[in-house]
Amino acid sequence: MRHLMSPLDFTTKELEDLFILAGDIEHNPARYAHACDGRILATCFYEPSTRTRLSFESAMTRLGGRIIGFSDAASSSATKGESVSDTIRVISCYADICAMRHPKEGAPMVAAEKSRIPVINAGDGGHQHPTQTLTDLLTIRSLKGRLDNLTIGLCGDLKFGRTVHSLIGALVRYANIRFIFISPEELRVPDYITDMLRSRNIPYEEVIRLEKVMPQLDLLYMTRVQKERFFNEEDYVRLKDFYILDTAKMSLAREDMLVLHPLPRVNEISVEVDSDPRAAYFRQARYGVYVRMALILTLLGIQVP
Amino acid sequence: MLNVGKIEEGFVLDHIKAGKSLDIYDHLQLNKLDCTVAIIKNARSNKMGKKDILKVECDLNMLDLDVLAFIDHNITVNVIKNGEIVEKKELALPMQIKNVIRCHNPRCITSIEQELPHIFCLADAEKEIYRCKYCEEKYSSALK
Repeated sequence: MRHLMSPLDFTTKELEDLFILAGDIEHNPARYAHACDGRILATCFYEPSTRTRLSFESAMTRLGGRIIGFSDAASSSATKGESVSDTIRVISCYADICAMRHPKEGAPMVAAEKSRIPVINAGDGGHQHPTQTLTDLLTIRSLKGRLDNLTIGLCGDLKFGRTVHSLIGALVRYANIRFIFISPEELRVPDYITDMLRSRNIPYEEVIRLEKVMPQLDLLYMTRVQKERFFNEEDYVRLKDFYILDTAKMSLAREDMLVLHPLPRVNEISVEVDSDPRAAYFRQARYGVYVRMALILTLLGIQVP
Repeated sequence: MLNVGKIEEGFVLDHIKAGKSLDIYDHLQLNKLDCTVAIIKNARSNKMGKKDILKVECDLNMLDLDVLAFIDHNITVNVIKNGEIVEKKELALPMQIKNVIRCHNPRCITSIEQELPHIFCLADAEKEIYRCKYCEEKYSSALK
């Protein structure tokens, strides 16, 4: 039985198979409309995340399956002090597959160790968010036509932004990738990531000004400065507006550069950018459903003729 | 010159960094073993200047050499039988250690679920870096 804890759990070959399947689902949705008839997905969300949860629920529904679950810790037995290990043992009796989000890092891995059904990490604290990464990779592959030979700018909260950490970990496996990290000092990418990049001789640079590097980028990945990742309000207020993408900055970028964002956006991308054909973040949300559909089928071992 | 007698069966842990023998005593949980232990601090050493030595008279299966290797894999482990050295063991960094050190990341699941083991995995053998199995928090060496 397989779980998904990190994007690295799948080889690049397995990811390619997943993306091919997602592409087929995109173009032939009717073929998959009953692939999960009689199957149940449990969405165990110990912290609110409407977007990710609905994306999973949409994916399972489009496959013909059903959904059970909870959308915050207050409506789960965690409030009674039940451990993640015990919860998943029970959920394993009710559902065929589980998507778990938890504010504590490593919680889905604890669940996977005790589970009798596949567990998907739907985000654990500031650590990993592999299905967002699969979404990002599928979006890049679909819109750029490749996952190698890319200069990728990552902008905003690179310290606590788990989507960024997962995406970097996944992209380093492709050839000729170069990273440019754009963030204030306080939100720089953690040392375990820069250690890993150095050990693998993957080029990266850390800069403070977004404008300066715009012309170099094949891809700009914007992130939100998340209030819930800060210990105090003052730091949040001081940093949240640090990097805002607007049409003036977009005018410095290449014609074929893509702008991605895991969403929700607050104000780090001006709405005026939405009409720019290079803005791919809403299309990205659609790819998120296709890739989760492909993932559910893959982890359940369901093959559609 | 202080003389400490030979042991019949057990281990002599040699080339311990001076002053670290008590840390090793604690981590090997020697206080829980009903056996003779000699702790020699600041012994003269040609190689190290000063060193500590631990002599432990116990069954050969009773010491957790993985814990010892994690603390300092440069320690020489002499295996003693019938009062003689029969083997010098090479210590290699263990791939994983369990409940030797604790994860101090307040966002780690181990911070709220007390029954979970604290497991660290070797992430970089060259730099001797271990990371929490669950949250990947880096272990910052306090022992070495």
